[in-house]
Parts: sequence; structure tokens; C-alpha cells
Amino acid sequence: MNTQEIKHLAKLSSLEISDSELDFLTQELDAIISMVDELQAVDTEGMEPLFHPIQMIMALSQPLRQDCVTESNSREQNMKSAPAQQSGLFLVPKVIE
Amino acid sequence: MTVKNWEVVIGLETHTQLMTQSKIFSGASISFGASPNEQACAVDMALPGTLPVLNKEAVNHAIRFGLAVGAQIAPISIFARKNYFYPDLPKGYQISQFELPVVVGGTVPIEFNGQVKEIQLTRAHLEEDAGKSLHDDFEGLHGEKSSGIDLNRAGTPLLEIVTEPVMRSAAEAVEYAKSLHSLVVWLGICDGNMQEGSFRCDANVSVRPLGQEKFGTRCEIKNLNSFKFLEEAIQYEVRRQIDLIEDGGVIKQETRLYDPDLQETRSMRSKEDAQDYRYFPDPDLLPLEISREWVEQIKILMPVLPKDLQVEWQEKYGLSSYDTFLLTQEKKTADFFINLLLLIEDSQAKQAANLMAGDFASALNRDGLSAEQSPLKPNHLADLLKRIQDGTISNKIAKEIFSQLWEIGKTSALSTHGAVDEIIDKQGLRQISDSQEIEKIIDQVLVEQEKSVEEYRAGKEKAFNSLVGQIMKATKGKANPAQVNTLLKQKLTGD
Amino acid sequence: MKWHQKSLTELGKALAEGSVTSEALTRYFLNRINSLSELNAFVDVNPELSLEQAFHADKLIQSGQKGPLTGIPIAHKDVFVTKGWHSTAGSNILKNYLSPFDATVVEHLGPQGAGMVCLGKTNMDEFAMGSSNENSAFGPAKNPWNDKCVPGGSSGGSAISVAAGLAPVATGTDTGGSIRQPSSFCGLTGLKPTYGRVSRYGMIAYASSLDQAGPMAKSASDCALIMNAIAGHDPKDSTSLAKPNEDFSRLIGLPWQGDTSAASQPLKGLRIGLPIEFFAEGLDKEVEMSIRVAIQILEGLGAELKQVTLPKTKLSIPVYYVLAPAEASSNLSRYDGVRYGYRAKEYKNLAQMYERSRTEGFGKEVKRRILIGSYVLSQGYYDAYYLQAQKIRRIIANDFQAAFRECDVILGPVAPNVAWQMGEKSKDPTQMYLEDIYTLSANLAGLPAMSIPCGMSKSQLPIGMQLIGNYFNEAQMLQLADTFQQTTSWHKIMSEISNSDVLGENNDR
Repeated sequence: MNTQEIKHLAKLSSLEISDSELDFLTQELDAIISMVDELQAVDTEGMEPLFHPIQMIMALSQPLRQDCVTESNSREQNMKSAPAQQSGLFLVPKVIE
Repeated sequence: MTVKNWEVVIGLETHTQLMTQSKIFSGASISFGASPNEQACAVDMALPGTLPVLNKEAVNHAIRFGLAVGAQIAPISIFARKNYFYPDLPKGYQISQFELPVVVGGTVPIEFNGQVKEIQLTRAHLEEDAGKSLHDDFEGLHGEKSSGIDLNRAGTPLLEIVTEPVMRSAAEAVEYAKSLHSLVVWLGICDGNMQEGSFRCDANVSVRPLGQEKFGTRCEIKNLNSFKFLEEAIQYEVRRQIDLIEDGGVIKQETRLYDPDLQETRSMRSKEDAQDYRYFPDPDLLPLEISREWVEQIKILMPVLPKDLQVEWQEKYGLSSYDTFLLTQEKKTADFFINLLLLIEDSQAKQAANLMAGDFASALNRDGLSAEQSPLKPNHLADLLKRIQDGTISNKIAKEIFSQLWEIGKTSALSTHGAVDEIIDKQGLRQISDSQEIEKIIDQVLVEQEKSVEEYRAGKEKAFNSLVGQIMKATKGKANPAQVNTLLKQKLTGD
Repeated sequence: MKWHQKSLTELGKALAEGSVTSEALTRYFLNRINSLSELNAFVDVNPELSLEQAFHADKLIQSGQKGPLTGIPIAHKDVFVTKGWHSTAGSNILKNYLSPFDATVVEHLGPQGAGMVCLGKTNMDEFAMGSSNENSAFGPAKNPWNDKCVPGGSSGGSAISVAAGLAPVATGTDTGGSIRQPSSFCGLTGLKPTYGRVSRYGMIAYASSLDQAGPMAKSASDCALIMNAIAGHDPKDSTSLAKPNEDFSRLIGLPWQGDTSAASQPLKGLRIGLPIEFFAEGLDKEVEMSIRVAIQILEGLGAELKQVTLPKTKLSIPVYYVLAPAEASSNLSRYDGVRYGYRAKEYKNLAQMYERSRTEGFGKEVKRRILIGSYVLSQGYYDAYYLQAQKIRRIIANDFQAAFRECDVILGPVAPNVAWQMGEKSKDPTQMYLEDIYTLSANLAGLPAMSIPCGMSKSQLPIGMQLIGNYFNEAQMLQLADTFQQTTSWHKIMSEISNSDVLGENNDR
């Protein structure tokens, strides 16, 4: 992994990596990726991915909810941990499009 | 710039908000206009520990759509996470469908340049809507300019419908958008309210030199929520791209927004730049299985589709495909016509179609009404047609009666029965079909219009029409035109 | 009366008989928590709230509406959201966060469910990422057996709370071994159920397809009681299984084959599978010895031993460290300072607000895993890493099924060693990852797995052995574990801290 890639990943993940941290982090991530590269050597021809371990147990499909309103207004409760709010809205630095 | 040497390639992605009671992954209400964040439950706000559960009705709507466009309904489809950061996206990812969408293929018919064309769809998939950013100037924690985020809309079910890049002009794209709009409203899966954001189009636009097979680089114009803006935006973008290329520039693949005030598209800020959505199947949701039985259940309860009505009317009544297309643009129009058909004889169907496509449609258009808001009801039109058929009135008079009734009906409800006859009687509009009476009038006109008679005798065919005109005038349009023709001819030649 | 040394059944009996009230028990444990706060097992304690729940339980008991767990105190891992107590998942980014709802597990155990009393929230590795509790934003926690050693992780605080007698039982979660390994390091019996048995609603998500909640207790029978209360379908969790309720303790005390004639051979008919790969190089000799002795004991009780193979054991590490970070990188995107949690103090614009809040709010390990996760999901790498790992995951699950054709239960170590010294492994993340070698596969396959105390090292640190069962076989595993615990006393040995009195403990009521 090179530092460019890491910076790009950081951007994608909304994380800030300072220049001083970058080198060390590159090393650490490199070590992890090398370990993980062992996967490449395995022959998985014809293998379906196991996205849900449940699929080993039973052929399950997504349960469906009846279409009815079950939630009432809980704005105050749900927003009680909001860092910044006004008039029932969450406030964030202005979004410029 | 000459558009002539260029071919425009357009594909549309339309986000339709599905008409359900609750959200696609939570039990909060989706009704429009609530106070901010009063319809955003813990799941919608992505509070720690919350999980999604799928709304069956959203899937029902997707199946309805798939059946209506003749698409394949996927027996298994997968929900995937589309990862990116934005304040109106509470989880930091949108639950959508990526590799295995619920609907594949299908076509939507449009009427363009007097022909019916089938627009090929790539797919349609289910996903959740994001919340809304209100860009009014709130003051943040440190006095910074802030936007307000309302998550009421977050989690509203969407069906994203994607076309193949088969449209070749802004006008065609708009025709498609309008047809799609009619269809989803017809099916009852979307309310089509574009002001409220129920139906939003993204246009993918590119150009290539005429004859070139390879597609040009395309740009996406997002969130066009009116047909007018859709057309304007595409037209601007086409010009922009052609100008740029002709000036030696290169089109950058990017996402753009349309500014209706400045009437131009401009590049969106880095939200979309170099975006890698890192799609992967959502581990909180299991594969969606749609059995044949489920599809059958939906099929049985579906309203008759425009396509089916079109075929039936063409075969049964000999209507043209164009006419049937127009009659099935809106469900309300079709319903009106169906009711009208019940009141008339099969042999009158064509006339009925003409009436609806002609005066009826014009009047509706002019007054901005939909078929069900028409002051005239099916039985009024049926009565009119009856009176034409039994010779009581002529087509021309019928037109007049139509206009009068329309105006009257706009202010006060018309009586169900006899409104047509009432006018006919009150205004003495009965057609004159008595040969003797007509002959008398013809005789009189021939005396008055010597010049025309001479001209006719001299070989001028036009003079005949002029005489007919005078006769009609003398009878205030009430003479039976067919008889006038016959009798006049007799008199002119027979004498 | 050393209430903290009593089993749940004994406590239940005492409450029913009236020899103690829930209030008294609650005060007792709160007192111990307070006195032994240097262990840093708890991150949030609210005595008033606990006592409120105790009063409520006492009312139920008095009116005769008592269940087996009514009035008994319990500690909850801070990964479960709770209305009254803060929920942080061990992270600064959720410091002081108050959830408007309780996790389903908490509901099932609380006043509206089994009637237990919440003592508080326990310390853990941040977002369940870690094997030592050293990744907690609220400080490392001390192993009661040796305060220089780690308790294990990520459910470190829960393990300490039970092992030091701060709570009779605790809840934990296990994504790659986070119930089993700290149980093993602290001398506890811990169970990770079959994936989907217990609802994940209200469990702050780390890796959705791997996370499972379970009990950490002093015995198998105690685990069974908790399982009875928490297992079951939850319509709010799409991945929770709709299996009919069962009594997880129904097989405890019964011989394996139901044949009561050979009482000395209660495990007759049981085939125990020993994976070659679990006893290969890397396993500490002392740990191996303890487990082999335990195996002999089981043989003595009638079990048959079979050698099985789980060829991808080593590979489970890279598979896990692709899948878990991938899911985590997405699950943690919601922590952005917008709707709750930490928001940075200084930022120039929206992008910076996100970046600073997350960078300042998350710890190092979490950030590392988010980056790895984004990497393996990114364009160009998805097929080679994420998809590949999911395919190997199926191979691993298939390998288990092949093994289970030869045996009923798989047995092996929980960890390659006993608890290590604090700071010893925190320099190199990959070193820490290797510790998980025996536990990860069960999570990848979704199989139930347990840790049972089976020995003590020369350094006086507990050694645990692992049982891995086939899907839905928790009752059989508990039966086997209980049989072992009837014959041995490893699970009864308490740490010195637990054996000692704390201030104010001499009142019995």
C-alpha cells in the first residue's frame, strides 16, 4: 500500500491522517494486507460466497413487514443526544452544492 | 455549433416514491408535510443498534411495475449498501440494490413523432430515500452558517427505474418521462406529485458524431423534478457538450445540477467526485425471495393495463393505435372512455374516441382539468353521440352543444339525464331533415346566389361549397349536411 | 453471606424463600463494584436506577410473580444500548450517549422481561474490536487473577465483573471470540449461541454477520438460565431466526444417550472431535496439557475421541480480518457527529467536521480496521478480498459439517495461551490477531461455541477449553459442559479478589 492509496481511503472513510502518522500507519496497514493476501492462494472455483451464516442452516429469505405505521412522533427522545439542533432540525455546517 | 452532425444519447433514471403507509425499512409514516423529524424513528435516524426490516407493500409495488412493463421479476434479489457520507444519509450508506435488482428489463411505450415506440428499460430496483437538507441560514454551534437536516423523508421507499440509453432528443426523453409518470400513477404505486418530490429524474446525456458506434462520455444531471426542467436541462447540456468538443475540449464524466433560474447545468461539488461506493450485500438483510405464487397473487389484482386496453379497443372497435394510446395515457381518461362505451353501441366507438381525443381533450387541456374533473360526464357524451346518430343534430351543432354544456357544467352541476336534449329543445337546434323544407331553402338560396350558380355551371367546383355554406347559414347550421349535398346536387344538375 | 459466590439458581432460591431481597442483593453488588473500582470493569453505574429495578423486582417476588431470574442482578456489556445508562461501546465517539430505547437482550432480561436488575455497563474494547480490553477509550481493565494482566476482550469488563464477584452473571458479545476468550482468561463459562438465536437489535453493530450476544457466567447451568431469557425471534432483527422457544437447561443432568443405567458413564455415546489444527504448533504447552487432561476426564466419563480436521483454521484469520473490518467500516459510518455522539470542536466546513469528529472520536484500532475495511471493499479489490473471503468462509463452514459427520461436538483450546501482560501485545496489531486463531471459525460459520474453565497455569491464570457444536446444539453443549463441571472444580475456583471481603460486606441482608 502506498501513502496515496491510504490518503484516498481516509477520504472515503472521512478520516484524517496527519503526515506524521502516515508512515507508521502505512507500515501497519501493509502488515495487515500482507497477512490478508494469503487468501489469494486459495482455490475457490465454483464456491458461492456465504454472505449469511444462516444460509448454512436453512434456506432463509428476508422476512416481510406488514405495511402499517407503528412508530409515533418521538422526536424529542430521538434527538436528545444531538450535538446541534434548532427548530427540530439537526444542524450541520452549510452544505454547498 | 450544428446539432445536425451529432447524435444525442440519453438515458433516464427515475426515482419514484412508492405509495405505502410506512417506510421501506421502518414503521414510521411517510406522509408528506409533517414537522421536521417527527416522522423519523430510531431506525430512520440510524441510532446505534437499529436494524432494517423490509416493508412488503414496497415489494408488491415493485412487482406491479415489473408486470406492467413486461419485465422479469427476479426470484431472488439482494439489498446492497451504497456507502458515502452526506448529512441527509443517516447511516452513512444507502440501502439499495446493486448486482441483483428486483426487476430486470421491460419496456415503456411512448408516443413520439406520431408513432408508438417502446423504450427499453435496463432494470428497476428498490432503495430508500435520503432525508432533506434545508439550506436556510441557521447558526451553528460556533456561529457558522449551517443547514438544517430533516430526516422525515429518510427511509421512504423508492423504485429506481433505469432506461437503456435509447433516447435521442430532449423531447423524446420528456415523452418517456410523461409516459412513465402516467404508468406509475395508473398502477397506483406512486402519486406522481412532482412538487412534493414523488417523481424525480436524473438524465444521463452524451453526444457522439453521427455514425459513430462508440458512446461519448456522459454526464449525469440530477434531481430534475419537472418535465420543463428536464427538457431545458438536457437541451442545455447537449449544447454545452457539443460546444466543448467542437472547441477541442474533452467531456469530463461528472454529475451536474440544473439551475432553472440561470437555465444552465453546472458541476456538483466533490460529493460525487471520485466516489467509490464500495457496494456489498447488506448483512442485516436476507435475500428477497419472490415466488411465482406471490407474483400471481399480484397479477390477479392488477388493474387492466394500458397495453391490454389498447389491444382490445383496436381489435374490437377498430380504433387506431394512436387513438388508443391517447385514451390510455391517463387512467382517469381510460375509465371515462370505458364508462362511455357502456352507454353507446359498438358502432359508435370510433366516434366516441374521436370526440374524446378531439373536443373533450382540448377542453380538458385548456381548463387544466383531468378526465374525472370534467363537467361533462360519460352519459352526456353518450347522449350527444346518440343525437348525432339518430339525426337529431349535426356534428357541427353537436360541437356547439358540447361547448355550451361545458361552460354551464363548470359553474353548476348538469342534470344527469336530458341536459343535452334540454339545450337542443331550448335553442331549437334540431337538425332539419325534412327534404321539402330543405328544398325550399335551397331554392331560395339559389335565387339569391345567382353568381355562384353560374360559376358552378361554368365548372367551378368551389362554388358548390359556397352554396352549401350559404344554405347552412340560412338554416343556422341545422340542415342535415348530407341531405343538403344530395338535394343541392339534384337541383343544380337535374333542373 | 458471600452472595457473589452463589449460582443463579441459589440466588433465585434465596429470593424466593425471602432470605434476601433484590434490594439487598443489588446493594451488595453495587458495594463491591464501588470498592473494586480500580479493576475498571464498569464504565457506567447508576445506583438509583439499579435500586429502582430492584424495588420493582421485590414487588413482583412478593406478589408471587417470580421467575427463575427475577430480582437477580446482572451486568451488561456496554455494547448493548440501555435507556437509563450511557451506551458507549467503549468509544469516545459515544461518550455520554443516552439511547432512547433498550436493546432487545436488555429488554428480555430487564423489568419487563425476566425481571433482572441492571448493575451497570461494563468496559470493553472499542466497538468490540480487540482481544484484551486495551482498546477501550475508558482505560484498560484488570484481570482479577492478576492485575498486571489483561482480562481478554472485547467483553473484558463483563468477564471481570463476574470473575471478581461484582455481578453474578453478565452479558457479552462475540464476533471473533469476544465472549469465549475473556471467559477463558478469567475462569468463566461463556457461550456464543448459534448466529441468529439472539436478537442483535440494540447491539451496537461491529460486524453484522458475525456478532452474537451470549451469557458469561460461573457455570453452564447459569448460562442456560440466561439463554432461556434472551434467545428467540425478534421481528426487529431480520437476521434473527424464528425457532420455537426451547429450554436450554432441559438436558442438563441427563446422560448423553438418555441411558441412566451406567451412571458412571454419563457421556457414553458422545463423540468428541479433536481438530488436528487446534493442537498444532503455536499452542502453549501448559494450555495444551490442561486440555488434554480435561479430554481424559471426558473419556473417563464415557466419551469417544475422534480426530477431525479443520484445514482452513489458520486461514480463518485473514478471512475474518477481511470480513469483519469490511462490515465494520460500513456500520461505523453513522458515527459522524451529526445526530448524536462526539462532534469536533473546530472545523471549517462539513467535510472537516466529519473527518475531525471521527478522527478524534475513534481510537487507533478502530481507525485501522475502518481503513482496511474500506480497502477490501473498494473498486478493484472487492473480488480479490471481500468476495474471496466470503467464498472461503463457505469452505470453512462446509469443513465443520464434514467434521460433524464424524463427531457430535468439537473440542479444543480457546486461545493459544493464558492472559498476557498489559502492553505486551498492543504494539503490533497482527500479533494480537493471531490470538484469535481457534475462535474465529465458529463465528464465520455461525456455529455455537463455549468456553469452559479446565485448568490453571503455573502463573495462576485460568485456562479455558472450547466446545464447538453444530447449529442449534446449545442444549447439548451445556449438557456436556455441566457434566464436566459436576466432575471437576475448575469453574469453582475464585480469584483472590473474589474471595476477599470488601468494605461493608459483613451485613448479610
